[in-house]
Amino acid sequence: MIVEAIILSVIAASTPLLIAAAGELIVERSGVLNLGVEGMMIMGAACGFAGAYFSGSTIAGALCGIAAGTAMAFVFAALTLGLAVNQVATGLALTILGVGLSGLIGAAYVGQGITPAPHLYIPLLTDLPLIGRILFGQDAFVYVSAALIGGIWWFLYRTRAGLILRAVGDNHASAHALGYPVLRIRLCAVLFGGACAGLAGAYLPLAYTPFFIPGMTAGRGWIALALVVFSSWRPIRLVGGAYLFGAVSILQLHAQALGLGIPSQLMSSLPYLATVIVLVLISRTRATAGSAAPASLGMVFVPDR
Amino acid sequence: MPLVLERRQERSAAIAVISPLLAIALTFATMAVVFAAIGKNPLYALYVYFVEPLTDGYTLSELVVKATPLVMIGVGLALCYIANVWNIGAEGQFTIGAVAGSWIAVATNGTNAGHWVLPAMLAAGTVAGALYAMIPAICKVRFGASEILTSLMLVYVADFFMDYLVRGPWRDPHGMNFPTTADFDPVATVPTLFDGSRVHAGSIAALIVVMLAAVILGRTIKGFEIRLVGAAPRAARFAGFNANQLVVFTFAISGALAGLAGIIEVAGPIGHLQPGISPGYGFTAIIVAFLGRLNPVGVLIAGLFLALTFIGGESAQIALKVPLDLTKVIQGILLFYVLACDSLIVYRVRFIAPQPRAATGSA
Amino acid sequence: MKKLLTIAAAAGLALAATTLGASAADKLKVGFIYLGPIGDYGWSYQHEAARQSMMKALGDKVESTYLENVNEGPDAERAIEQLVRAGNKLVFTTSFGFMDATVKVAKRHPNVLFEHATGFKRAANLSTYSGRFYEGRYIQGVIAAKMSKTGVLGYVGSFPIPEVVSGINATILGAQSVNPNIKVKIIWANTWFDPGKEADAAKALADQGCDVLMQHTDSPAAMQIAEQRHIFAFGQDSDMIKFGPHAQLTSIVDNWAPYYIERAKAAIDGTWKSQDVWGGLKSNLVVMAPYTNMPADVKALAEKTEAAIKDGSLHPFKCPVIAQDGSTVPCKGGTHLDDGQILSMNFYVKGIDEKFPGK
Repeated sequence: MIVEAIILSVIAASTPLLIAAAGELIVERSGVLNLGVEGMMIMGAACGFAGAYFSGSTIAGALCGIAAGTAMAFVFAALTLGLAVNQVATGLALTILGVGLSGLIGAAYVGQGITPAPHLYIPLLTDLPLIGRILFGQDAFVYVSAALIGGIWWFLYRTRAGLILRAVGDNHASAHALGYPVLRIRLCAVLFGGACAGLAGAYLPLAYTPFFIPGMTAGRGWIALALVVFSSWRPIRLVGGAYLFGAVSILQLHAQALGLGIPSQLMSSLPYLATVIVLVLISRTRATAGSAAPASLGMVFVPDR
Repeated sequence: MPLVLERRQERSAAIAVISPLLAIALTFATMAVVFAAIGKNPLYALYVYFVEPLTDGYTLSELVVKATPLVMIGVGLALCYIANVWNIGAEGQFTIGAVAGSWIAVATNGTNAGHWVLPAMLAAGTVAGALYAMIPAICKVRFGASEILTSLMLVYVADFFMDYLVRGPWRDPHGMNFPTTADFDPVATVPTLFDGSRVHAGSIAALIVVMLAAVILGRTIKGFEIRLVGAAPRAARFAGFNANQLVVFTFAISGALAGLAGIIEVAGPIGHLQPGISPGYGFTAIIVAFLGRLNPVGVLIAGLFLALTFIGGESAQIALKVPLDLTKVIQGILLFYVLACDSLIVYRVRFIAPQPRAATGSA
Repeated sequence: MKKLLTIAAAAGLALAATTLGASAADKLKVGFIYLGPIGDYGWSYQHEAARQSMMKALGDKVESTYLENVNEGPDAERAIEQLVRAGNKLVFTTSFGFMDATVKVAKRHPNVLFEHATGFKRAANLSTYSGRFYEGRYIQGVIAAKMSKTGVLGYVGSFPIPEVVSGINATILGAQSVNPNIKVKIIWANTWFDPGKEADAAKALADQGCDVLMQHTDSPAAMQIAEQRHIFAFGQDSDMIKFGPHAQLTSIVDNWAPYYIERAKAAIDGTWKSQDVWGGLKSNLVVMAPYTNMPADVKALAEKTEAAIKDGSLHPFKCPVIAQDGSTVPCKGGTHLDDGQILSMNFYVKGIDEKFPGK
């Protein structure tokens, strides 16, 4: 079934974007803009592969990826939260560092293979026509991404902690005045974002294409950043954005294989164009609502004493 | 937390001088450890990285060549960011500027066209860069679509568009069907300033841009408006400044400068249009803008400094035989130090007396 | 000002010379410029492997350095110049995009020898070299047509440059020699280097019924997809059997080492001359990985084809070559297309239904 096959490919292509963007969504909701997603992802990829290579276990690899992403995020937090350094510049520098460091770490693993992450198999259920493999035949990362989105939605809108996080992101001065530890909350958010980016990076060499090559994230961190903006910082719409981007990416390849005769460069730019056009369309319908960005996004906060 | 930050009453002039020195000292210390660990002479490494490029006329000239587009783009981005307008897509505006200017160069190639060609190319590049930047600006003011996403996504679109042109309609007919336009004619080439070096007139243009921007920002109503809208949007509204107009204005300026940098780069050091005309200038310029504290003169210094880290990194690969990735790590760490030390100009770090519990628990 | 620069440059060079020591003086210093990172497991990886083989083969007669991940735009000229200024007397620039930069630097330094891969501009101190990868592609086409049950091959292309186009055409011509009705689906990934996207393209081809995959991108992603889908694939640049133990039929291996050793030796002996070398299967610059996962008769046919190409009795572009539009391509090489036609190929042969990119 070609439709089933396309949907499976779309899910695989969208999952790393979704996981990384979900983490960054929480970071930005807390009022911090970490542009270093690409750097954290590629570190997650290198360390994730190394972990899986030595242990032979996907889970150990994923944990290594998470640890690497978190460690990178900690460096970012130490500078931007601890020393009140500009977030945009620090995030970009973090990417340079991550690309270099992952290359050094990963150099030894180039040309090595590992067993890819296993896919779920439940007899009968997975064998159902059309939906079987889509719902019950994925690797663990896909289910984690779904749980992540559900969890984030529940956290943001149904818990007190989520309310506090949003308050910190919308007005850090007021949140501080109310006695909330702004910097500590932001630290947690940034570390969570790093963990997600690390996991998303690890997905690439553990499940998507089970080998490591320097720079294999190939700009997915940037797409994840854009998708957070696309979502207006709302988790459900993030899923829509990630799957829109993934779907257009896959469909343009299928269209090429059908030999439609459209320049491949135009086909390759479709995912980017589609995201822009859809964003404009949905922004337009709620033009009166104004920007949904957390009001304190990217601003430095130093508590008064 | 034993360490806390405290805003200084005034920016510290003394620290402003000490800060870069501290950053350099920290970098030296880190590099010394790294290079000693991999068995290289740390002092020689430091020399290769930071001194040698400055002692050699050739590398010095290349420093200027590399810094030119970074500074030009960085100045435009600084204006944006001061006004809280987030143009992340300078890379795309750079590419479109290069494409638009190249269109004239390709069309006049081999036709004995006069000296109007280069000025027309520069104008076309500048205008096209500004127009391409209008897309995110208009999406923002008209539809409320975030410029972060739109400007970033349009980078990829610009890249594919250029790729299409150089592989299709604009391909050099005598180039064995490789993806490049024909070499530009002399009238379509930015002149170099000295024989035997690639320093070109664009570097002077970049200097002029820096000066103009400094004057506009510091001495004109428009500059005041930019700063006010960025710092206090509500107050700016009461003062009658239109935030939407400013989004369009800053995008137009930054797009125009990126486009100009693009066509200068193509008509100067490269000499024809081909894929890969930019080693990420538009993104590196974002760091340059912030490293220069969003100040045009600061951007100039930051651009030269970043160029030094690139060229020093190359020298290190050759002289020390260290991998490129190591030079990237050093570049990243160096940026961290510079940014952190810069922060000390505005803030002071204070040690809070440790709690008794913490004092006993020495690890 | 010019004088000042020269003095400064001389001072800098003198300083560099003293710091590098005298031991380097009697060794030939060889520099390399790579387009990708040496860990790309593709094009640049193979050049780096060859550099290391050269070092091993020539021992203390040579010393070498490289710059990796060099942008083909404004940075290329500086990177090459930096290598020259560091004292390298033989410089290999290993991607087409370095051509103009190499020409410029070569002009400035007549005493330094340059070797540019896959280009066509030469000078007294500038040679060009490349591989006839299309010869290997032809054999792959023969094997693919034998192995395909659906009669549809899948091709993941990077960019439509002549080298890739001639590879596609050679594959189809090879396949048509076995099955005249063979079909091919082509996807341009528009990247050399994005494993995820290469895998997606391979999946799309497999989903649309292609059961033998070819790739002209760098990573082993397509090979892995073939392994997962229980179909066949060919490797690229290096032997990728590790990534497709049940899928790889063979692989085109770029074998630059003998050439680098030969040229370095020539530079040492003073016999180096500017030349244009386009080595193929015969000169061992292009090597086929072992023929695996195929029945004995297919293997025999592949070996026979390889032997025929080597001894010159078979040319992948033997005349007449019919273009997609049905016209006969001028036969400039006597009995086959000449090198210029192959080097600048920008048409599809008959049998490919897709529209030619850029036309």
